[in-house]
Amino acid sequence: MAPNKAEADTISTNNDTLIVAKTRATPSPSPPPPPLPPRRNISGDWSPKISAGFQSKPTTALSSIDISTLSFPDGTRGTFTTDSAKRIGSPLASGYATPRRASVAGDHTDSMSIMSFTPTLRPHGDLASLVAGSLNKKSRAWKLLRSQSETVIQPFENIGLGISGELEGFEREFVEIPDDLTDDIRLALWHSKMKHFMILSSAGKPIYSRHGDLSLINSSMGVVQTIISFYEGQKDPLLGFTAGDARFVVLTEGPLYFVAISRLGESDSQLRSQLEALYMQILSTLTLPTLKNIFVHRPSTDLRKPLEGTESLLSSLADSFTKGSPSALLGALECLKLRKSQRHSINNVFLKNRADKLLYGLIVAGGKLVSVIRPRKHSLHPSDLQLIFNMLFESGGIKAGGGESWIPLCLPAFNNRGYLYMYVSFFDNKSDGDDNPPSTTHSRSKSQSYSTPPIPEEPLEGEEVSSEASHPPQPQPSPPPSPPSEEEEIAIILISADKESFFALKEMRDKLASSLQKQGYLSLIRSACQQGRPKISTIFTSPQQETQLTHFLYKSRANVQFVMSSLEPFFSGPEPEKQIAKRKLMSVYHQLHASIHAKHSHLKVLHSVGEDSASLAWITPVFELYCVAGPNVSRAAMTMGANRVVQWAKKEEERLFIIGGGVF
Amino acid sequence: MADSGNAPKPSSSVKLVLLGEAAVGKSSLVLRFVNNDFQENKEPTIGAAFLTQKCNLPTRTIKFEIWDTAGQERFASLAPMYYRNAQAALVVYDLTKPTSLIKAKHWVAELQRQASPGIVIALVGNKLDLTNDGAGSGGEGEGAGADGEGDARKVTTEEAKTYAEEEGLLFFETSAKTGYNVTEVFTAIANAIPETSLKTARGTGASHAAARSEEQRVNLNGARDPNAKEGCAC
Repeated sequence: MAPNKAEADTISTNNDTLIVAKTRATPSPSPPPPPLPPRRNISGDWSPKISAGFQSKPTTALSSIDISTLSFPDGTRGTFTTDSAKRIGSPLASGYATPRRASVAGDHTDSMSIMSFTPTLRPHGDLASLVAGSLNKKSRAWKLLRSQSETVIQPFENIGLGISGELEGFEREFVEIPDDLTDDIRLALWHSKMKHFMILSSAGKPIYSRHGDLSLINSSMGVVQTIISFYEGQKDPLLGFTAGDARFVVLTEGPLYFVAISRLGESDSQLRSQLEALYMQILSTLTLPTLKNIFVHRPSTDLRKPLEGTESLLSSLADSFTKGSPSALLGALECLKLRKSQRHSINNVFLKNRADKLLYGLIVAGGKLVSVIRPRKHSLHPSDLQLIFNMLFESGGIKAGGGESWIPLCLPAFNNRGYLYMYVSFFDNKSDGDDNPPSTTHSRSKSQSYSTPPIPEEPLEGEEVSSEASHPPQPQPSPPPSPPSEEEEIAIILISADKESFFALKEMRDKLASSLQKQGYLSLIRSACQQGRPKISTIFTSPQQETQLTHFLYKSRANVQFVMSSLEPFFSGPEPEKQIAKRKLMSVYHQLHASIHAKHSHLKVLHSVGEDSASLAWITPVFELYCVAGPNVSRAAMTMGANRVVQWAKKEEERLFIIGGGVF
Repeated sequence: MADSGNAPKPSSSVKLVLLGEAAVGKSSLVLRFVNNDFQENKEPTIGAAFLTQKCNLPTRTIKFEIWDTAGQERFASLAPMYYRNAQAALVVYDLTKPTSLIKAKHWVAELQRQASPGIVIALVGNKLDLTNDGAGSGGEGEGAGADGEGDARKVTTEEAKTYAEEEGLLFFETSAKTGYNVTEVFTAIANAIPETSLKTARGTGASHAAARSEEQRVNLNGARDPNAKEGCAC
């Protein structure tokens, strides 16, 4: 069975679209690769090769400009290059021309500047002027049409009118299937879910399913197992297939089969990485040697028993994928925006109080990283942090208990063979009194019993200090349980390899907490949390910078971190519209991500216009930028906006991202 | 009950561990005792949680340092770490689930074999609200959602009580949901701790010098600070 969907290697072309092929070399400054065999001289016959249907929307992809130079507002110019020695001019013309490879094609790297590729364009312009100037020639009819249209249409506006399109019923996605109905009705409900995750053993024992209890869907599991093992038997493992509007993706890890069934339009590789995250969660519970042992001795073992109690972790992970997690999509972390000097001081306070047994120390606020300290030799892998964040912020187990937790866990990317021990303590987010031991934080646990909005990524409304105090909980039909003030929850996480080090770490936490409190960093972190994510309006301050962008995701590749703009005010309507709008936004991002990362597309910039939104993806060795605007926003406006976001991210880099962290 | 700790009564800390099968309500009992709160469908504890709560007796104040352990089988190997040097243990079972009493008996046996000799053990049958007794004695009855009319009790009071008497355990039937008998359990434990095994809070580190090597080492590193603070915070 074909592993790739057809679209993975095909790209459609429009009249004004041209995909320029260019090897996507890794941006590393390592020695030049060995010379490639002589290439076929690609000429005008390029396009027929790449003309099959594209994901879903017509694209106006522009091409392989490798933007490496940017001008900053202060007049300086930043260059994102890795090895200038490798820059070799090439007579590649603008996006309209047929790409022609120089004979030294093999030496091209992503580090080449746009100028070297586009000598015919204005030599020193930055991207905005480039793209706007040359590629945005619109017909008069288009201009007229635009002038007719309303000035600002926000993306996904029709959700507000009750039209959710393919997301019809998404608001019921997370509602549990009730036990007290007949099996037929329960099965129908089960079928109506848009996304399923299943885990089963290769012997056919069901292990986990996101929806429906295992007895209800036992036969479905059996069918899945039969299909997978049939292909296993043929030595031609099944990777995925499509049935109706659902995509099935299979991941086989040793004795375990993972299956994702999605009608949300993710790509195979995105679904596969979601399945891998579930596998990591299982490893995190059991470690790899234990998992292997279990099945070596008894292949028919029911893994549910050893995994008992972690279903909620798997489910919260699965739900974060279903809701759409930028962190999982980008494989990156989100940090709390802080001044460089402040973060530095927090790191120092952290380092100063370090216990001998400490391996990693983290301060996390509202699911965003504030500070990390780590040994020089080790860094933390984002997939491990994803597991920790999921455990602490998405699933309620740790917070709900109150007090301090001592948790054995395996961080598979760090070492899948053994356990580490994690000390976790949440600060009371109501009072400033952190001199109280955390076990007496009454208010926190009380606030959890409200069932207020379910979206954890949702920043607080406006600049209000406390959403609970000033707003009554919003009326809504059936929210999944989740605490309201997650954005403000500050946790200290201390990880050690020594299982007896609880009291050493607890003492470290107490000292750290009182230093942070005394020096005012705690309230600093709190207020940074309350500000929420950067708002588009604060990035585009001056009138000439006014933008029509609605939302963006920016990933710093070197730091493996991302920043996204606030979901306010565009994605904060009443439920369930809010949840659907958010999912739509994330679907757009998933499609952009899939297209621009498609195996053979070699895209650098992708502009896509759909019925209810326009979007732009732009990838360089330094960053990945994805942005979304209303459907009638012009490409020029989007590229201007994108350019501005990139400048902003560059300028604020040390505030938005943790660079290195505290090292000991 | 933990409000007037400022009295000049002697104060001592007691290490208490909760053991028992998964989902019998260990964390809920602690949550009720510490925060006077209850959560439906609480998610399982992972690893263990450490909480503290004071308990005022007429003559002294007991500060419980509570280790609320996870009940899943895979955490069983970590249990010795938590009951080592514990002065009290709460072994919890679910009144509606006979196997949980069997598991509880295993824990009692393990504690008697391996824990400190003077350990005070209380056997606690939880989820009384699901039984007819619960509905009568203290339950609001509103949460009978699952099976409102029937008595879900599967373990008789006599059976558990007889066992507890044989083994010399304190015995209670509680409901973390309604709060029935919860503080009573902790108060009874506090009363049952022999005076001799108690030292004042400030001397904790030294008092168990022989046994508490880990903690002591920690305390030597400067535990004076947090301890002092705890003294004033109450």
